[in-house]
Amino acid sequence: MEYIKAATPAIAGSGGPLLALRAVGKSFSNGVTALSDVNLTIREGDFVSFLGPSGCGKSTALRIIAGLTTPTTGTIDWPRRTGEQASVGFVFQEPTLLPWASVFDNVWLPLRLKGVSRSEAAPAVAKMLERVHLTGFEKAVPRELSGGMRMRVSIARALVTRPRLLLMDEPFAALDEITRFKLNNDLLELWQEERFTVVFVTHSVFESVFLSNRIVVMAARPGRVFEEVAVDAAYPRDEAFRTSPDYAALCRRASDVLGEAMRINSSGAA
Amino acid sequence: MTAIQTQAPAVDQEEMRRARSQRLERIGRWVVPLAIMVLAIWLWDRICVWNEIPQYILPRPGVVLQTLYNDAGLLFGSLLVTLKITFLSLLLAVIGGVGLSVLFAQSKWVEMSFFPFAVVLQVTPIVAIFPLINIYVDNQTAKLLLCAWIVAFFPILSNTTLGLNSVDRNLRDLFRLNGATRWQELWHLRLPAAMPYFLGGLKIAGGLSLIGAVVAEFVAGASGQSSGLASRIIEAGYRLNAPRLFAALILISLTGIVIFLVLSLVSHLILRRWHESALKQEG
Repeated sequence: MEYIKAATPAIAGSGGPLLALRAVGKSFSNGVTALSDVNLTIREGDFVSFLGPSGCGKSTALRIIAGLTTPTTGTIDWPRRTGEQASVGFVFQEPTLLPWASVFDNVWLPLRLKGVSRSEAAPAVAKMLERVHLTGFEKAVPRELSGGMRMRVSIARALVTRPRLLLMDEPFAALDEITRFKLNNDLLELWQEERFTVVFVTHSVFESVFLSNRIVVMAARPGRVFEEVAVDAAYPRDEAFRTSPDYAALCRRASDVLGEAMRINSSGAA
Repeated sequence: MTAIQTQAPAVDQEEMRRARSQRLERIGRWVVPLAIMVLAIWLWDRICVWNEIPQYILPRPGVVLQTLYNDAGLLFGSLLVTLKITFLSLLLAVIGGVGLSVLFAQSKWVEMSFFPFAVVLQVTPIVAIFPLINIYVDNQTAKLLLCAWIVAFFPILSNTTLGLNSVDRNLRDLFRLNGATRWQELWHLRLPAAMPYFLGGLKIAGGLSLIGAVVAEFVAGASGQSSGLASRIIEAGYRLNAPRLFAALILISLTGIVIFLVLSLVSHLILRRWHESALKQEG
């Protein structure tokens, strides 16, 4: 598993293409078209957000990329994918931990399923737990943790196999704002250090602007890509960025595009 | 959002009242049922005395206790026979119930095809099936075991099947993403997820296996082939030995209570760290 080490963390998405969706569409048997004609290239090191109203197919797109759903039309190309299954980490909206298993066992799980023994996995698990600031909680079970900590375990589990691509489906939507900000900061830090690629589904304009270098704004009925917004603010981004005029201007722009995407939808429906 | 409570220096009357009532409830939970039980036994004794009821109709509690002591060798020997059938059948019910439910969980089709058989077996009264078993099975122990098993296995099968099918969809996706085999998914995800359901079924099956064992002995005992507690009851009934009848009855209920308590404890110990049902309510 090797991934591109960017020389400077300030430039995101500077690598070659990691995957490309070509004319991807998805229709369900009940006649609903969840996605239609999505064309999108995701580059190594990108932090891409899918932003859009409910029903715009952003979660469906994520599941298609993960391989959990097959597209009705179109294909996904992985230019550099070597023989075996692409290494992908997935973080769900809920922490989705095994409630009976300790934090250690939960993070160990993906390795365990690949046949890595407890002692072999221990260094990787310990390192990952350190990265998400959960050292010392190895023996706790999920219900003994707060919502934010559970989400950290979930992120550690997704990253313990060192995937090239991390898919996140509204991971922080259920958290309070303070915890959410903290996790946003920590996620960015992790991303800059490890240089994986992220596709992040969210409802929140502010979150998507803070985190990503590209925002894919989507429209609903049928779900499709409406417009892409580039967020060209430099990394690392910190609390100062959150209150900067740049951030406010970028949020306004993203918000305007999202507004347009939703207007088109409501006029289409009327 | 709730406001943060500042430290109140004054004593809160409502909180005090609540704490007091909670304390009372904790004590009352044990004391009240015990008191009622003692009262009932005392009344039983008084009714016997006041109405001069003869011992072969309704013995006084003291006499029953005395019989329990005097006939201890006979009664406990029989209890052991009944217990053997009970536990063996419970063990077989666990193996059969879990085994079948794992089989059912492999495919919806298997479950749809075979679940009705389990239901038929469950709803047909065991007393009505026994004459058939009596014809087909020669071995006395096997006969009783089969009977008790038929009564006890269904709650385990039904609950565990439900549990194996109640796995969080996202967790199943996670296993798929990580390339888990069917066996890995069963072992690391579905079986642990079914554990609370299985334990719920086990608690019911524990009581049922005792009932199954006693009923089987009853039916078998009618033809004089059994030496369990049920046969002692039948015997005592023929001889109008009401004190022994009561003593045997008490032994059976006590056994049932102990089985239930032990299984509840086991269930609590297994689930206490993670399952909602085992959580203490926070005030």
